[in-house]
Amino acid sequence: MVAKGSTGTEKVKRGLAQMLKGGVIMDVTTPEQAVIAQEAGAVAVMALERIPADIRTAGGVARMSDLSIVQKIMDAVTIPVMAKVRIGHFAEAQVLEEIGIDFIDESEVLTPADDKYHVDKHAFKVPFVCGARDLGEALRRIAEGAAMIRTKGEAGSGNIVEAVKHMRAVRDEIAIVAAVPPEELVARARDLGVPHALLKEVARTKRLPVVNFCAGGVSTPADAALMMQLGAEGIFVGSGIFKSSNPAKFAKAIVEATTYFNDPKSVADACRSLEGTAMPGLEISKIPQDELLNVRGV
Amino acid sequence: MRGETSGKMAPIVGVLGLQGDVVEHLDALRRSGLSAVEVKTRESLAGVDGLIIPGGESTTVAKLVDRYALREPLVDRITAGMPTWGTCMGMIVLSKEIVGMPDQPTLGVLEIAVRRNAFGRQVESAEVPLAIPALGPQPFPGVFIRAPWVERAGPGVEVLCVLDGKGVMVRQGNIVGTSFHPELTRDGRLHRWFARLCGRAADAA
Repeated sequence: MVAKGSTGTEKVKRGLAQMLKGGVIMDVTTPEQAVIAQEAGAVAVMALERIPADIRTAGGVARMSDLSIVQKIMDAVTIPVMAKVRIGHFAEAQVLEEIGIDFIDESEVLTPADDKYHVDKHAFKVPFVCGARDLGEALRRIAEGAAMIRTKGEAGSGNIVEAVKHMRAVRDEIAIVAAVPPEELVARARDLGVPHALLKEVARTKRLPVVNFCAGGVSTPADAALMMQLGAEGIFVGSGIFKSSNPAKFAKAIVEATTYFNDPKSVADACRSLEGTAMPGLEISKIPQDELLNVRGV
Repeated sequence: MRGETSGKMAPIVGVLGLQGDVVEHLDALRRSGLSAVEVKTRESLAGVDGLIIPGGESTTVAKLVDRYALREPLVDRITAGMPTWGTCMGMIVLSKEIVGMPDQPTLGVLEIAVRRNAFGRQVESAEVPLAIPALGPQPFPGVFIRAPWVERAGPGVEVLCVLDGKGVMVRQGNIVGTSFHPELTRDGRLHRWFARLCGRAADAA
């Protein structure tokens, strides 16, 4: 740390998320996968014991990853390393901060530790990212101190439909809030369950006060281009890379489609370069209600 | 190719848009009344008078510059005198050498050796006021995020700001590097200072 510097400020926490914009963050479970991700051009990796598709299959309680795996991944790459904690499990977050993780995902993919409350993220120097399905969820997480938001989508499903729904919901609600007269904002803040000051800021700036990525269902380059055109500022890919038949090619192609999302020729080149098949997908309506991840922690 | 304001040609400043806080730089330039465009291709690079390489992940952008065939046109224009400013990642991408990481490619046009994540991991990222004599006596708000510092500088490199004994802002003729992120603040002095370099270079051309 530098002399006379203030660490852990909102600006430096939100700032790291800003540095990741336009990039792809990839789930990895081994140092070897982390190196493949970095080589492909990932801007960060999410260190996990199991990727969401396998968490889904395994069932049981999913917790913070084994620290020795997280540490090995931190040692293997120079890009930032993220890791997940259970919703509300501030002690898992303290442990990850202690080992020097760069970003914490308070994630619905793990089994929630608290059925009412999320972590007080202002209490940490390390920045947090949280999932959101709509503007209310996003602003509640930001009020708790989240430095970055991502759509929840439906992790491990290989199906983009939920992420699309969540990205559009946030975008449409921002458009409404920006259009209504100021006297409506107090009542709307009450209905959304969010602080009035935050909603006023959104109405004025016409965007979330933090970076907003897409997560939960991206499995092809075209999925990434779709989400970027819908307003995502970057992409998380969970199972989509290491559940595909050619991870290195898929990783590279999703990076290219994210960079050149509004140039169909580049996205077509990325699609042609795959040399393999995408992960198998799940129809959302076929997932039993009690196995849906995106309804956790609202 | 260049915009016009009050009868005088105003420079167009590009921001390399492969990854990172591109929009923050574009907004900072526009807040100061400057013309700014995103540069993602060879063609868009040809239309600018100066270039900012923003904050982001240097490992990523160094690879993308090669993958998308931008290395040669970038190096050609920078060595021909185009004013170029790298913030954080941008300074790393411009540098000659990354200490301890000989395998990471860079453009190699700025004669410095940088140390990546020199101040520590993200939990050590910090805000700190800086003395930058070139901008006057008022301190500049320094925002350091997983920031590099300048470990060694060649003879043609001026060190314009020092923090804890380490160079955090350097200039070598038309090339500028900062360890910190002026685009994350409301202080537009460095963007205006850089735009003046771009204007002078454009007028001389």
